[in-house]
Amino acid sequence: MKAATAILTSALCLGFALPATANRVFVSNEKGNDVTVLDSDTLEVIGTYPVGARPRGITISPDGKELYVCVSDDDLVRVFDPETMEEMHTLPSGPDPELFVLHPSGNPLYVANEDDNLVTVVDTQTHKVLAEIPVGVEPEGMGVSPDGKVVINTSETTNMAHFIDSESFDIFANVLVDSRPRFAQFNDQGTKLYVSAEIGGTVSVIDPEKQEIIKKISFEIPGVLPEAIQPVGVRVTQDGSKVFVALGPANRVAVIDGETDEVQDYLLVGQRVWQMAFTPDEKYLFTTNGNSNDVSVIDVATLKVVKSVPVGQQPWGVVVAPN
Amino acid sequence: MKGRIIILLAGLSMANTALGQNAAAPETIRAAVLRVDVPHLPPISRLDTAPEDLGFAGARLAIEDNDTTGRFMGQDFEAVEITATPETAAAEMDKLLAQGIPFIVTLADDAQTLALADQAGDRALVLNARARGDGLRGRDCRFNVIHTAPSHAMLADALAQFLMWKKWPDWFLIAGSHPEDVALANAYRRAAAKFGARIVEERIYEDTGGSRRSDSGHVQVQQQMPVFTQRAADHDVVIAADENGVFADWLPYATWDPRPVAGSAGLVPQSWAPSLEAWGATQFQNRFEELAGRPIREEDYQTWVALRMIGEAATRTQSTDPAALKEFMLSGNFEVAGFKGQKLTLRDWDHQLRQPILLATDSVTASVSPQDQYLHQTSALDTLGFDRPETECKF
Repeated sequence: MKAATAILTSALCLGFALPATANRVFVSNEKGNDVTVLDSDTLEVIGTYPVGARPRGITISPDGKELYVCVSDDDLVRVFDPETMEEMHTLPSGPDPELFVLHPSGNPLYVANEDDNLVTVVDTQTHKVLAEIPVGVEPEGMGVSPDGKVVINTSETTNMAHFIDSESFDIFANVLVDSRPRFAQFNDQGTKLYVSAEIGGTVSVIDPEKQEIIKKISFEIPGVLPEAIQPVGVRVTQDGSKVFVALGPANRVAVIDGETDEVQDYLLVGQRVWQMAFTPDEKYLFTTNGNSNDVSVIDVATLKVVKSVPVGQQPWGVVVAPN
Repeated sequence: MKGRIIILLAGLSMANTALGQNAAAPETIRAAVLRVDVPHLPPISRLDTAPEDLGFAGARLAIEDNDTTGRFMGQDFEAVEITATPETAAAEMDKLLAQGIPFIVTLADDAQTLALADQAGDRALVLNARARGDGLRGRDCRFNVIHTAPSHAMLADALAQFLMWKKWPDWFLIAGSHPEDVALANAYRRAAAKFGARIVEERIYEDTGGSRRSDSGHVQVQQQMPVFTQRAADHDVVIAADENGVFADWLPYATWDPRPVAGSAGLVPQSWAPSLEAWGATQFQNRFEELAGRPIREEDYQTWVALRMIGEAATRTQSTDPAALKEFMLSGNFEVAGFKGQKLTLRDWDHQLRQPILLATDSVTASVSPQDQYLHQTSALDTLGFDRPETECKF
């Protein structure tokens, strides 16, 4: 840790930038209060950088110039230069921010505030709060439609996906899903919305036009007790053909056919897998394994787990730079 | 804050289209919380003095939670709060039954809970949020009772699993002299046999009456506790079974042999602790503390779960018919989320809520049982308490 910082400092003094040939992978370590940066080609750790108290949700601007980290115990979002990992500024987030989603254009940022039953909308340019949208009890998962017109928030105790109009900030529909919805993810075509329910153990596939559940995906893994199957993070390939679901303490990632919504495979990863991120070319999918302090690397084409990379303490979120 | 709630209500009432609800007045689901307070001496520690709103504060949070979802569903929830004494409990129950309230959460001791359940008969479903006796789930079980409070056996098994994982199999069991202490001590004996521990020494700490604290009382206690625990057979840990708070709090640091204390003091198995942060519990603690102005207690959690079960049944069945809710809760398909990392379900053989048990000290939740090493063919939670083949309950 100290060594990494020292190397960074000396590299900066000499005027080098961090290697830019591959994509950088940013992993927030909830207990370590830092972000581990990996190289997506070599899969080696480039460095570890302090980011504030209890980092969880992490995302990056479409142009790759701003890295956003929910530092929950600091009650704000810190914005870093992804090249240098220097803090640029902070954004107001409301208390205890956990997860957020960026509008496809890169502005604004929609932040779930669990304690206040609010979604905070923050302008990433002016750094001002644009709106506070009251939602259900314990808002958590945030998703945005590919056209940017609809923002989804899931509330964990109300057990609903709230559909929010991104222009008016009004809730225009609510869909009841299973217990403790954690994550909402559209496919890039905008034809399906996937909402995971951690305690219910299911993923609801929702038709965003009709706001109706078209299928509930459930999971069964030989040798794993049903209560350990706790879906959290969801990622969909750009062509919509494959859906990956992180199953928490089941220590597996489920692979789902994006057409039929049937489970195709379960991939064994590290312990308590929660969040995931693709490389831009979708060669790899990275998973954060909170209880084994590592990141599993999935080869998307072959559906094999090819490597496990130790990161910081209790890795939570992950994002890959677009360039 | 008030402003926000008003906006929320307006936003939500416009937002019912996806659930296909009509805009008619919401239908109300009625419940009651009946707390029977037995007069007793103040506890050893002033920090443990029972708050006036014990249990009721948990009920208020549950009703708020139920109503938030209810607004989307066209459902409204209420729970009347009744305080009774052992003498007035039956009359209060009669009043609730006369009003046709179909769900009654009770906070009472074992005997009183059983009497109230029999009084309710098929007129109301009783949700036991306090009594922990194994008899209530065994020989004295009743079909119209659901237990959200964990049983003595569940608590003892939860601690036993941890102590065996810790490789502390030799126990010095100190039980109080009240009937509930004897029952709890029995649960520890059963847990020892079940998980391969040995009770190498047993002593009874007689409650000789008198107040539990006095000015500079610690001076005498500091002498008494080492003497009481001296010359015990070699043991790894002291387990206190003290349901009435007579002595256990004085044991840590005062035992003759330098051994940790668990059970009713030290590392305590419990349904809930205000220190828990995992599984979204932080938000739950924050919401409770904002509402009640104090840390949560087990009775609050157990009452909250009981009323959330009713709310969850109403949400999932999209019904307000008490019979339909009751049927769904007892159907085997019922599950509810309770901030304990997995769904909570009901055992069909005794209507006990399956739940993880926290092992907490005064300041941290040190572990949660079942421990990973204890496997089960249907649910790891059934390694805690009386499993299907062991039950003495016959409905």
